[in-house]
Amino acid sequence: MADHRTELIELDRAIGDSDHGENMDRGFKAVLEKLAEAPPATPGAALKLTAMALMSKVGGAAGPLYGTAFLRAATSLGDATDIDPAALAAAIQAARDGVVARGKAESGDKTMVDAWTPAVEAAAAEAAAGNGDVLKVLRAAAEAAEAGAVATDPLVARKGRASYLGERSAGHRDPGAVSTALILRAAAGAAE
Amino acid sequence: MTVRLVVVSHSGKIADGAVELAAQMAPDVLILPAGGTDDGRIGTSLAKVLAALEQAAAGGGVVVLTDLGSAVMMAESAVEFLPEPDSVLLADAPLVEGLVAAAVAAQAGADAAAVKQAAEAVRPAPVREAPAAAEEATPGPPEATGDFELINLAGMHARPAAKIAGGLSGLEAEVTVNGVDGTSMTALMTLGAGMGSVLHVEAWGQDAAKAVKYVGGLVEAGFGEP
Repeated sequence: MADHRTELIELDRAIGDSDHGENMDRGFKAVLEKLAEAPPATPGAALKLTAMALMSKVGGAAGPLYGTAFLRAATSLGDATDIDPAALAAAIQAARDGVVARGKAESGDKTMVDAWTPAVEAAAAEAAAGNGDVLKVLRAAAEAAEAGAVATDPLVARKGRASYLGERSAGHRDPGAVSTALILRAAAGAAE
Repeated sequence: MTVRLVVVSHSGKIADGAVELAAQMAPDVLILPAGGTDDGRIGTSLAKVLAALEQAAAGGGVVVLTDLGSAVMMAESAVEFLPEPDSVLLADAPLVEGLVAAAVAAQAGADAAAVKQAAEAVRPAPVREAPAAAEEATPGPPEATGDFELINLAGMHARPAAKIAGGLSGLEAEVTVNGVDGTSMTALMTLGAGMGSVLHVEAWGQDAAKAVKYVGGLVEAGFGEP
């Protein structure tokens, strides 16, 4: 997130209030500190700790949205120590459902949902293929989220601050969709 | 045990100020501010909201009021972290007016659902005719009367009520507005008078005419609001 801080700031400057890069960088720095302080025992515990750190430090709307995403994913994984592809795909879906429940956005509204939903579908398809590889699930989710973010370019925003711009929001990529893709790509990178 | 209130705002000053205002009308109600980020910037903080919710938890229920959209999301998310999420109600109401109404209701002993309802009822609502009970205690026909239609969008809410009550308190007159005491801000707020409803003013005493004129002037100017 630190490497992409400027990119997110620039994207958000075009159609938002230019704080997304700053907020996400600060939030994930806090996540890294918390994880280092007390390394969690399970993936679920790590996701819950991430949720709390993001919600405490991000400040903007992205805080509760990503906080809810990570919290719902944590709840979905429970106390499991080994995560299989189906459980991982279910956790990604729980994260997306949390974002939708919290932000009330739908596909095509030019929000992070436009990255999450293709990621959910790709992860589910990869898990259903049954090759038992969580890394492939994460890669499929990240790729789909990246494509979903690119596909927000022509959309007119219907949710969030960009929606105030109406038609003028078209022609810009949604910063939240980009940060969602970055998170899923980082998860795949960590699994590698 | 009275219901306790939590205010989630993007600004520490807004949260503190709203609490200060409401506390004047509800001295026995615990009202906790959770505004701004941990380091005092504009934003919301999970830690602050959770701390306030935990402090409020032991009472007769908790009702949360919020300002802008992402404060609503933060409050909803924070509630998800609680061991008993159902113990907290979120009121969908304008922050200041809703908080004042909620605080007054909590002070009067209403339960959590009724406090939430009181907050949400400050939105412009259908006209409700108040009973003319106050006339029983008032000798003779009023010395001055007037009927004034509310033209401001928000109708009779905390600020107009405060202006009317504040101004009338300084006059030598007994004044009723739709049957309630014109010098009582909370009584005026409970009229639930929205835009388009008519305030019927009756006054007795030395400044009766002045009092009716005062209320009429405020109403016709829309209280200086849109």
